[in-house]
Amino acid sequence: MQLTVWTYEGPPHVGAMRVATGMKGLHYVLHAPQGDTYADLLFTMIERRKQRPPVTYTTFQARDLGADTAEIFKTACKEAVDRFDPQAIIVGASCTAELIQDDPGGLAKTLDLNVPVIPLELPSYQKKENWGAAETFFQLVRGLAGGRTPEPKAEGAPKSCNILGPTALGFRHRDDVTEITRLLGALGVAVNVVAPMGATPHDLTRLPNADFNVVLYPEIAGTAAQWLKRTYRQPVVDTVPMGVNATREFVREVAALTGADPEPVIAEADERFSWYSRSIDSNYLTGKRVFIFGDATHAIAAARVAQHELGFKVCGLGTYSREFARDVRAAAKDYDVEALITDDHLEVEDAIVAAQPELVLGTQMERHIAKRLRIGCAVISAPVHVQDFPARYSPFMGFEGANVMFDSFVHPLVMGLEEHLLGMFREDFEFNDGAQASHLAALHAGANHETIHTPEARTAPDDKTQDVVANEGMAASFGSLSWTSDAEQELRKIPFFVRGKARRNTELFATEKGVNPITIETLYDAKAHFGR
Amino acid sequence: MNRHVPPHIAAAEARSNGQGGSGCTDVVPIKQRGQHEVFCGLTSIIWLHRKVQDAFFLIVGSRTCAHLMQSAAGVMIFAEPRFGTAIIDDRDLSGMADMYEELDKVVDRLIARRPDIRMLVLVGSCPSEVIKLDLGRAAHKLNARMAPDVRVLSYSGSGIETTFTQGEDNFLQALVDATPKAAPDAPRQLLVAGCLADVIEDQFARIFEALGIDNVHFLPARAAGEVPPIGANTVVLMAQPYLTETTKLLERRGAEVLIAPFPLGEEGTTAWLKAAADAFDVPADRFDAITMAGRERAAKAVSLYRQRLDGKRVFFFPDSQMEPSLARFLSREAGADIIEVGTPYLNKAHMAPDLALLPASTRLAEGQDVDKQIDRCRADDPDLIVCGMGLGNPFEAEGRTTKWSIEFAFTPIQGYEQAGDLAELFARPIGRRDLLQVEV
Repeated sequence: MQLTVWTYEGPPHVGAMRVATGMKGLHYVLHAPQGDTYADLLFTMIERRKQRPPVTYTTFQARDLGADTAEIFKTACKEAVDRFDPQAIIVGASCTAELIQDDPGGLAKTLDLNVPVIPLELPSYQKKENWGAAETFFQLVRGLAGGRTPEPKAEGAPKSCNILGPTALGFRHRDDVTEITRLLGALGVAVNVVAPMGATPHDLTRLPNADFNVVLYPEIAGTAAQWLKRTYRQPVVDTVPMGVNATREFVREVAALTGADPEPVIAEADERFSWYSRSIDSNYLTGKRVFIFGDATHAIAAARVAQHELGFKVCGLGTYSREFARDVRAAAKDYDVEALITDDHLEVEDAIVAAQPELVLGTQMERHIAKRLRIGCAVISAPVHVQDFPARYSPFMGFEGANVMFDSFVHPLVMGLEEHLLGMFREDFEFNDGAQASHLAALHAGANHETIHTPEARTAPDDKTQDVVANEGMAASFGSLSWTSDAEQELRKIPFFVRGKARRNTELFATEKGVNPITIETLYDAKAHFGR
Repeated sequence: MNRHVPPHIAAAEARSNGQGGSGCTDVVPIKQRGQHEVFCGLTSIIWLHRKVQDAFFLIVGSRTCAHLMQSAAGVMIFAEPRFGTAIIDDRDLSGMADMYEELDKVVDRLIARRPDIRMLVLVGSCPSEVIKLDLGRAAHKLNARMAPDVRVLSYSGSGIETTFTQGEDNFLQALVDATPKAAPDAPRQLLVAGCLADVIEDQFARIFEALGIDNVHFLPARAAGEVPPIGANTVVLMAQPYLTETTKLLERRGAEVLIAPFPLGEEGTTAWLKAAADAFDVPADRFDAITMAGRERAAKAVSLYRQRLDGKRVFFFPDSQMEPSLARFLSREAGADIIEVGTPYLNKAHMAPDLALLPASTRLAEGQDVDKQIDRCRADDPDLIVCGMGLGNPFEAEGRTTKWSIEFAFTPIQGYEQAGDLAELFARPIGRRDLLQVEV
C-alpha cells in the first residue's frame, strides 16, 4: 500500500484507452464501474477531441455484484458492436472488475461476434499506463498482423516503413508524426502504416508489408516492434530523432537500411538550432544547471540536447518509467549524476531543491514544482496538460523539433544581456530583489525578499501554496556555520537567482576548510575555488 | 413585492383546489439500464477537503482512484492537498501483506507529516468495497489509538454505490453518526445541511440572524470539532438536494427535516428561507422585511440574462442531483423551456417542491443509458445541453451549445446574491455562441 497524491501515470487500462482512442474503427469494451468513465474527459478536455473515446464501460453497481455482472458485460459488448460497428474490439477489465474475475475475453468469445475480439490482461495492481499501452498495442499487432504473408513488392516500389508508437494523449505525438513522415519522405521512404494513431484494425494487418519499423516512442511500441522483428524480420530503427544529433543519426540509420544518401537531407534541413546554439548570444547558456525528469525517452533525449547541444550542465536526471530505469541510469552516468527513478513527486521536488537548477525540464508535475521554486521550466514529457496540445505546429522530433526545443529550453531563462544588466543594476533603487523581474511576470510585485517553498512549508495548515521567507534564498544547510554581517552584506549583492548557489558553495567550502565564521574573504575564496 | 406565499405551497394548494396542475410531480421518469457517464462519489472530496479545513481524506483504493482525483481536479493546484490515495497493490491482494497493518503504516506516515490534521477520513472505493475491506473497523481501531488528537471517520465514496454528490451525502452521514446526541432539553437549533461556499454560508448566517433564528449551524462545519450535538432539538434545512442518507440518520436522531425548494434563484431562496422562518415562528412581516432587499437584487440580477435564456430549450444530463432545482430556476425565473431533466437519483420526497414547479411537459430521467440519452438529445436538438466534461466537446463539435454540469457543483450559486451568477452560467455559452464568428 503506497500513499499517493499525484501520479505520473494512470492505470494500465488508461494506456489501452490511449491506443484505442488514437485508432479508428476499434472499440474497447471495458468492464468497469461508473466512476471509471472519468477517463473520457482526458481525451475530450485535455486533447480537445471531437469524439468520445471509443469505449463502452459496463458501469456495474454494487447491487449487480450478487447477481450477474458477467451478463451485464455480455450485453454491453453486444450493444457496442451493434451500435458502433467496429472492425475489431478489445475487451478487458479495470481494477475493480479485475477483482470480480468475470473474464471479459472468455465472455466475449461466447457471443459469436462477427468481428475479431482481442482480450487484454492488464494487471491493474502491478502495472501502469505506459505498460498498458504497450501491452495493448502488442496484443493488437499480434492478433491482427499475426499469421500474415507480406505482400510481394511491386518492381521499383519505394522502400516503406511503419511509424510505431504515437497514441492519443501523447506528448506532441500529432506533430512528431507529421515531422518524421516528412523527413522519411525526403529520404524517399514511403510510410506504410502509422500506428496506433490514425490506424484501423485493418491497417494493422498490413504492418508486415513494410521493409522496416520506426519506433518513435519505445515505451509504447517497443514490445510490438520486437515481435514484428522476430516474426517478419523487419529491422527496427530505434534511434529516437529528438535533438539535432539524434535526428542526423536517425537519418543516417534509415538511409543505411534503404541505400539512400543521407547527406543531402541533412545538409538541406531547415534547422536553425545549431546556429542559434553557436551564435555569440548563446554564450550565457554555458553551464546553466538543468534538472530533467520525464518518461525515459524524453528525459534521455532532453539531457543530450541540454548538455551536448546547448552547453547546459545536467545537474539531475530521472524518470518515472521504471521499465526503462536501466537506460536512464546509463545516461545519467554520462552526466556524472545519479539517476532518480521514482513515481513520487515529493521525491522529485526534494531532488530539485537539492540540485538547485536554473532550469527544469519536466512534466506538468515539475512545472508546478518549478513555479513554486521560481525556477524557469519547460515541459518535455507526458503526463500532459491542455497546454501541451498547442494550436500551432510544434513537434519535438526531427529538425523542426530541434528548433522547437531551442525555443522551449532557452526562453524560460534570463537572457544573456539581461543577466549582465541585473548585475550592473543590482543595487539600483528601482531594480532590486524586491522589484518585479520582467521574466517572472507571474510574481507579485513588491515582495521584499525572495521566497522559496521549502518542504517544511507543506505542513502548513492550509494548502495555499505557502511561500516561506527563507533568508537569502536557501536555508543554511550547515547548521553550525555562521556568517559575519559583512559577509552577509556581500552575499546580498550577488544576484538573487544565483545567491542560493553561492551560499551553498561557500558553506560547503567553509566546512571543507574548517572555516567559521564565514567572512568576505571566505566568500571570494569559495568563488575562486568553484568558479562560476 | 407581495407578501410571500411559497410557490410550491401555492402550487399544492391550487392542486388540491382543483385549480391547476401539479407540475411534473406525477411524471414517471425514464429509467434505463446502460452505461452511466458520471463521476463516482470520490469526486466530492474535491470540495469537501477545501471546506473542512483540518480534515484529510484518505482514499483506500487503486491507481485509478488517484488518477481520477487528479484528472477531475483538473490541475494540481496544491503542493500537497489534504487528500490522497493509499494505493492497494498486488502484495496486499495476495495476502503477502496484511492490509490493515499496511493502512496503519500509511496513516502513521501521513499524520507524522501533517500534524495539523484533526480529522482523518478513510474513504472506501470500488476495489476496497469489492474485497470487503472493513474501513469502519480500521477507523475504530485508529480512533482508539489517535483520538482525541485526531478523530478518524470512514465512509464509502465508491462508484459501485455512489454517484458524485452522493459521496458528500455519505461523508455527512458519517459526520452526524460521530456527533453526540443532544440532551432532551437542549435548545432548538437550525442545522443547514450540505456544503455551501463560505461566502454563501456567511450570507445565510446573516439572514438567519436578522430573522431572529440565532442557534444556527452548518454541516459540514469548517473545522472538524465544530459540529454540535444533534437530537430532537434540531431542525434540518437541506442546502443541497443529495442528502438522502444524511437526512435518514438525522430523522432517526429525532431531528425534523424541512422540505422546501432548494435555494437557487430568487424564488427558490425565498421559499427555502421561508421554510426555516416558519419552523422558527418568524413573523411574516419580519420575514418580508428582511428578505425584500435580497429578493429585489436577485430578481434584478437574473433579469439581465433573461432575454438570452427566455424560450431556450435546455436538456440536462445527470450529474449532481441538483438538476431538477436548476431546471426549476431556469424555467420559472429565466423563461427557459426544459426538455429533459436527467438526474443520477431522484429523491421524490426531497424534490417534490421543485418538481411541482416544473411544467408537466418536462421529461424526467433517473439513472442513465448514455448512448440512448445522447440519441434523445440529438433528436430534441436543444439550444443548450448541460452535461459532463466527457460529453461537452463532442457535442460542441456537432455544432451544439453546452454547459459543463460540474460548474454548478464548484461555483457558488445558492442564495440571493448568487442568483445572477447562476443565470450567467447558463447564459454564457449561449452568448458566446452569438459572439463568435468561427464555425466548426
